[in-house]
Amino acid sequence: MSVRTTFERRQNRIAYAFVAPATLLIVLIYLAPMAMVALTSFTDYTLVSDYWEWVGFDNYRQMLADPAVSNAVRNTFVYAALFLPGAFIIPLLLAIAIQERKQFRSILELVYFLPVTSTLAAMALVWAGLMDSRQGVINAALGWFGLGPLNFLGDPGTVLFALAGISLWSVIGFNMVLFLAGLTAIPRSLYEAAAIDGADHPVDQFFRVTWPMLAPTSVFVAVTSSITAFKLFDTVAILTKGKPDHASEVFLYLTFLEGFEYFNMGYASALSVVFLGVIFIFAAVQTFWADRQTHS
Amino acid sequence: MARLTLSDIHKSFGSTEVLKGISLDVANGEFLSLVGSSGCGKSTLLRIISGLETPDRGTIEIDGKAMTALAPKARGVAMVFQDYALYPHMTVAQNMAMPLIMARLPFHARLPGMKWLTPHLAPLRAEMAGQVEQVAQQLHIDHLLERRPAQLSGGQRQRVALGRALVRNPTLFLMDEPLSNLDAKLRVKVRTEIVDLHRASGLTFVYVTHDQVEAMTMSDRVALLQAGTLLQVAPPATLYAEPQSIDVAKFIGSPEINLLPVCAEPEGLRLGATLLPLSHGFKPGTDLIVGLRPEALRLSAPGLAQLRPAEGPELQLDMVQASIEDLGSEIVVHGAVAALPDIALRIRAQKSLQSGVHKIALPERLSLHAPMATAVIFDINGKRLDPQSVARRQEALA
Ligand SMILES: Nc1ncnc2c1ncn2[C@@H]1O[C@H](COP(=O)(O)OP(=O)(O)O)[C@@H](O)[C@H]1O
Ligand SMILES: [Mg+2]
Repeated sequence: MSVRTTFERRQNRIAYAFVAPATLLIVLIYLAPMAMVALTSFTDYTLVSDYWEWVGFDNYRQMLADPAVSNAVRNTFVYAALFLPGAFIIPLLLAIAIQERKQFRSILELVYFLPVTSTLAAMALVWAGLMDSRQGVINAALGWFGLGPLNFLGDPGTVLFALAGISLWSVIGFNMVLFLAGLTAIPRSLYEAAAIDGADHPVDQFFRVTWPMLAPTSVFVAVTSSITAFKLFDTVAILTKGKPDHASEVFLYLTFLEGFEYFNMGYASALSVVFLGVIFIFAAVQTFWADRQTHS
Repeated sequence: MARLTLSDIHKSFGSTEVLKGISLDVANGEFLSLVGSSGCGKSTLLRIISGLETPDRGTIEIDGKAMTALAPKARGVAMVFQDYALYPHMTVAQNMAMPLIMARLPFHARLPGMKWLTPHLAPLRAEMAGQVEQVAQQLHIDHLLERRPAQLSGGQRQRVALGRALVRNPTLFLMDEPLSNLDAKLRVKVRTEIVDLHRASGLTFVYVTHDQVEAMTMSDRVALLQAGTLLQVAPPATLYAEPQSIDVAKFIGSPEINLLPVCAEPEGLRLGATLLPLSHGFKPGTDLIVGLRPEALRLSAPGLAQLRPAEGPELQLDMVQASIEDLGSEIVVHGAVAALPDIALRIRAQKSLQSGVHKIALPERLSLHAPMATAVIFDINGKRLDPQSVARRQEALA
């Protein structure tokens, strides 16, 4: 009996030794910085002064009253509302169309996936060139129809559309591949059973078989795309810097401004905590749904 | 109620010809089994009947009406898939209601959310639910209606698949190896249930299986498919006793039929050194193959029940025993003809009750008797020689 317990204790010790490096890395890389951010959000720490003190929830209270924050939240939501439907529906339709093709399927997949493999920061500059109000190809094309010219990135009314368009271009291929994987996993025999049962019209097929069978994929795509929308940063930082007139100042870019332009680390940390909280909610939805799918 | 007529069905996938001209008539209310080894084209033929696959050539008629160009739903056929193909996201009730919804609700009422926007169709929906309930009761699955397929056992899923096929009131019932995913015991149970279902419904059944026992026990007629051609279509007993070719004889029956190569000589049929003193009427020098079912061979040994002595001429052979399989009620002896070691023999013998629990011991060298009246004779190409013409020749000789 005692021999057995000593053995078990030794086994446990070995197990702990094995997980220790990974645990340490997780703590160092993820948990400790998050804790630091959370703690900093309760201070008035700035990068320009050595002096700081605890301020409790002041930063969070300030956020609620800050017009820059409400502007950033509104911009983020408008952007998400422009980006998300396209980021979901276009890849879904593309995936269904490509799935049914025998010829060219892999070539089409490759073509749509190419933007995903490119560096968005570099491609953003290409897009800026395309969308230029004077020399841009897009305005030249609009000119053919007697429209424009539009200053896509310089006009407060169009800048979020332009940013959403660039993001769409970069994400469609990725989401399409996710949907394709989901579609491929649907057993063919379900469509055959549906055909025998009378559901051979594409609309019936879609609503009776494809859409419900695609539910786990759809949730995943919706959640990851929402997170992508919420953490919009790089194209803003490269192309517009929040301009014109704060019209493209989205939440994460504002956080960046507060922290690294105005050096208000305490306030920036509080914004980051809110950001983390929102991402956490999305992740929780995803996990909860994935669980439900596997248990039913 | 339906009579199914297939004429000259051809089907190729790429360069492989899977079906090479299948013609078949299934009578109204008949239970026809389509049997053959794996990959011989059974599923393909069934899918062509159902309309999931189009034949390259040939026609399908149901009750004289051409079906070849019709969509599956227009053919009035029901199909039970090998993996059941239940909709995993729907409850049992929804699964079973699917054919009714598709057939009876108008297109706009089938779109998502239309249940609440088309309240005038509520009576119709209730009627369909009632129909589902009724079929569920018939199959004893009415307590499962709210479950999802993942929460059901294999046997229950099987029943739901049957139920979904039944609610639509089909004229023709197609089943593709419906029992192959069940364990052995359940298989026997569901087998009888399907036969009962056939009898009660009076529908025409086409039942695909690779299991000859299923085919032999369930069917009115068995169609034996091999490499894309129908070898023989006959009632089970005929198929067993009167196989039209060696391939049929080998496929049906377990253990396999014994095949002895013989050569016709003036005095009889020669098997190696043994001469079968049999008047036969074949031209001397003709090579023939004699088929003998394992249970027709007679072996006398302690512990074995005595068979009735056979009528007519018997072939007497010396045999070297290789192994014995004791199946409880009977034994199967494997061995070789003493004179020709490469000719395998299988013998099935009843055990007598007295032998009890003792292991049956047989001497290594056995003597056995094969009544020639039960023999089927094939020509060297494996084609059955017409028994009547064989008899006529013998008479002429006598
Ligand atoms: N859709 C298909 N494409 C290509 N080959 C197929 C297809 N369906 C069946 N086959 C081939 O046809 C042959 C017969 O298949 P099948 O009818 O499923 O046989 P069985 O049901 O008798 O086992 C197999 O060799 C199989 O590989
Ligand atoms: Mg098959």
